[in-house]
Amino acid sequence: MNIVESMVQDGLRDDLPEFNIGDTISVAVRITEGGKSRLQNFVGAVIARQGTGNEETIMVRKLTAGIAVERIFPLQSPNVDSITVTKRGRIRRAKLFYLRGRTGRKARIREARR
Amino acid sequence: MIGLIGKKLGMTRKFEEDGRSVPVTVIEAGPCVVTQVKTEETDGYSAVQIGFGAKKPKNTPLPMQGHFRKAGSDPVRTVAEFRVDDGHEYKLGDRVSVDVLGETVTIDVTGTTKGRGFSGNIKRHGHHRGPDGHGSKNVRASGSIGMHTFPGRVFPGKDMPGQYGAKRETKKNLRVVAIDAERNLILVKGSVPGHKNGIVFIRPSR
Repeated sequence: MNIVESMVQDGLRDDLPEFNIGDTISVAVRITEGGKSRLQNFVGAVIARQGTGNEETIMVRKLTAGIAVERIFPLQSPNVDSITVTKRGRIRRAKLFYLRGRTGRKARIREARR
Repeated sequence: MIGLIGKKLGMTRKFEEDGRSVPVTVIEAGPCVVTQVKTEETDGYSAVQIGFGAKKPKNTPLPMQGHFRKAGSDPVRTVAEFRVDDGHEYKLGDRVSVDVLGETVTIDVTGTTKGRGFSGNIKRHGHHRGPDGHGSKNVRASGSIGMHTFPGRVFPGKDMPGQYGAKRETKKNLRVVAIDAERNLILVKGSVPGHKNGIVFIRPSR
């Protein structure tokens, strides 16, 4: 491990749960507007996860009023307050971009068997 | 104030309190050793020469070995000189580390840019490409380089292909994001010239 990696490693947060692509999660996002900050939950499926260390990001996709919203969260950002896993998904791809062209039953992610 | 010699280690990002992401370059700066102190009387000007990086004695010419021995230091790979005002307190053999930056807010970083060899106008000067199809034969060509009988010459400084990179360059007023005195690291906002493990010279901005 080089110096940059070890330096980054020291500052990494360890409060995030383990989760994978295909899982449905709820991300508590800190939103600051007009000098006040509050938490807002963004609930959706993780469709991509990339990067390591400080640069790690996830892409979360959700449907609101029939419109799909995708948001990218840098996991180490202080604006990501917490993450909770609500559902484990069973998937066969590392990136679930195929969901984008689908709606309804076809856009489901099977739940993982325990 | 004198500067430091360092090594560019790579880039990463750092988050501010409010969640903003700052791209940072990590530089391992120092510890350097004062290898020579030049004074008005002996050299005609005041400067401090510092060295950085280990070098095997067997790879160091004997005159250089003597030079470093005077400072009580092992041979170093890189030396650099920083002009100082009279009345400074640097002595031969002194250690210089990131502490010298203290509360410095911005620094200038000098390095040798990545060598790109003999490059064309598109890469070297940011020119646009020509058309790809319809029989076009000037996709990456330079195009016209001037006029006609008048002026009958190519203007000096005209953008042309040639050696690009591997040139000494200074990036000025880079913000110091953090200093890690324990590991001799400086984090500056943005990029600095050169490749990873390249030698860089750090000076506080004027």
